[in-house]
Amino acid sequence: MCSRNETVNQKMEKVAVDPLFSPMEGTIVKTRQMTANEKFFEIELEGGRELGHMPGQFAQFSIFGIGEAPISISSSPTKKNKNTFEICVRKVGTFTSALHKLEAGDKVGVRGPFGTPFPIDDLKGNDLLFVAGGLGIVPLRSLIKFVMDKRRDFGDVTILLGCKEPKERLFTDEIEEWNRMTDINYACTVDKAGPEWKGNVGVITTLIPGVDIDINRTYAVVVGPPIMYKFVIKELLKKEMPERQIILSLERRMKCGLGKCGHCQINNKYVCQDGPTFTYEEIKALEEAL
Amino acid sequence: MRYVYLEKNDLGDFICHLKKSHRVVAPVRKENQFVFADIESAEEICLEYIPTILPPKKYFFPQKEKLGSFGMNDSRLSDMTVEIEPTIIFGAHTCDIDGIECLDAVFHKDPADPYYKKRKKSIVVIGYECMFPCDEHATCTTMDTHIPKAGYDAMITDAGEKFIIHVNSNIGEKIVGTFPKVKPADDEARSRLRKLREDKIKKFKTKLDPSFKELQPLFQRSYDSPVWEDVGKRCLSCGNCTAVCPTCYCYDMYDEVRLDFTGGERKRVWDSCQLEEFAMVAGGENFREERSSRQRHRYYRKFDYPMSKYTKYFCTGCGRCTRTCMADINLSETINALNKEKKNV
Repeated sequence: MCSRNETVNQKMEKVAVDPLFSPMEGTIVKTRQMTANEKFFEIELEGGRELGHMPGQFAQFSIFGIGEAPISISSSPTKKNKNTFEICVRKVGTFTSALHKLEAGDKVGVRGPFGTPFPIDDLKGNDLLFVAGGLGIVPLRSLIKFVMDKRRDFGDVTILLGCKEPKERLFTDEIEEWNRMTDINYACTVDKAGPEWKGNVGVITTLIPGVDIDINRTYAVVVGPPIMYKFVIKELLKKEMPERQIILSLERRMKCGLGKCGHCQINNKYVCQDGPTFTYEEIKALEEAL
Repeated sequence: MRYVYLEKNDLGDFICHLKKSHRVVAPVRKENQFVFADIESAEEICLEYIPTILPPKKYFFPQKEKLGSFGMNDSRLSDMTVEIEPTIIFGAHTCDIDGIECLDAVFHKDPADPYYKKRKKSIVVIGYECMFPCDEHATCTTMDTHIPKAGYDAMITDAGEKFIIHVNSNIGEKIVGTFPKVKPADDEARSRLRKLREDKIKKFKTKLDPSFKELQPLFQRSYDSPVWEDVGKRCLSCGNCTAVCPTCYCYDMYDEVRLDFTGGERKRVWDSCQLEEFAMVAGGENFREERSSRQRHRYYRKFDYPMSKYTKYFCTGCGRCTRTCMADINLSETINALNKEKKNV
């Protein structure tokens, strides 16, 4: 035993750490119920600061007492009012149910942005084929709006949209506006519909054989549920589209956003940093990707 | 930096010397196993031990820790602090020192983890070299973690009648060099260590059939191996293997609300890729639904993925995953089965 005067009781010391895990304060300035399960939020950060994101990135949203969830940003950084950004959220779990209860004036924590954006420099000067399935339109909207705002930097633009039923379509007002534009090719399909639906019926892959694209100068940007990727990619490859010209955005349950916690890992990739956007070429060999 | 001698009789005084300036944790016996725990004196320390139940990871990256506090109406975290105390980890084996180096690689990589960074700075590592293999489960010989190389402030080696201490950092010098009973080692100390290690490595047999260099290529060929099905069938998905692993660092985050509902703490807690919901997303899609794919993921996070991200295997050869597995999933057997299968092709 060491004699008492030989040992000192070291004092536990409390030291401050970098606020890496703290959210910024966001204020909801506008909400809109889009469908029975999807709600739109426009959010302003403290002091009017910009989020500073690029299309394809996500942020961690936070409600104290409930937790955090990764949600992709749906607005473009080219938006006129730079002081706000937009998200669109499906009510599917504990966090999103709590978020849906919030209205204009309520606060929400925001940490981010995180992730690798869509490769805009590669897309510039090329034709674009956007394929959105279900909620896939939400992250894709950020890129589509970016392209609309910088229209002359890009070639032909084609938008294919698919969802289960007509009433699940999101951003219908904007879509109709895109449809009225002459410099956009647009088609929409639903898996099933009642007699009042005058549009296409069938899965989204049925639209691909009919699109007229020059594969040498077209990038396809595809966002949707895992099952959709498999079939859409197959159709695109049938058209002999090069694998590096097929861009995807993958959904994972990022917890930290810092490349550490492990939840979003696909084989050797961390989706929160290496993704969520990938080329098909990057992930085709990764069994856990799709 | 330099070598000193410590008489074995002086170990007790040496520990008391360390305790003058630091909290000292060391391996102690717990029933028929060992744990790192706070010690009062040298008598409690058990220097000849098989790897402790939990590795020293718990001092750098605690099982549960507070990231910050919040009031129910706050938007930002407050009280983002970490409680630190100058601590000496005494008697860490070379495998566990390698484990700390793996954690360093992860948590110091940009963006560095602020909590880990502060804790790491307050911890001094004094290693103790194994002169005999600990048991049949350790694979340190193949992983090349059985000989002290780096990652410690001082390393103690049993040289028969006395200890040789390799002092390897400024803080190590400050702590060891100020103990009046250590004697500067003569020129022979280094050659004595060399001789000791030549004799030592003869006792350390390899249990893995593939060599260090062959491991990553073996894994890169074995992704679709039926061995994973076999491992998956036996796995109980309990997560013990990842909890005891010195290099597993996955975590979850959650809010703990006070009973009066006025606020709470945002915390993080060790998580395990072996648990079913680990890779599940909100809609219910699970990207590693099968136990076989989760076990495979664990092995690939040791022998393949970190090689490309950190140019380092994330297996220290400590053998803890094998010792703790309730379903007798054995790391050496798994790797040797992969190796055998590839030879037969």
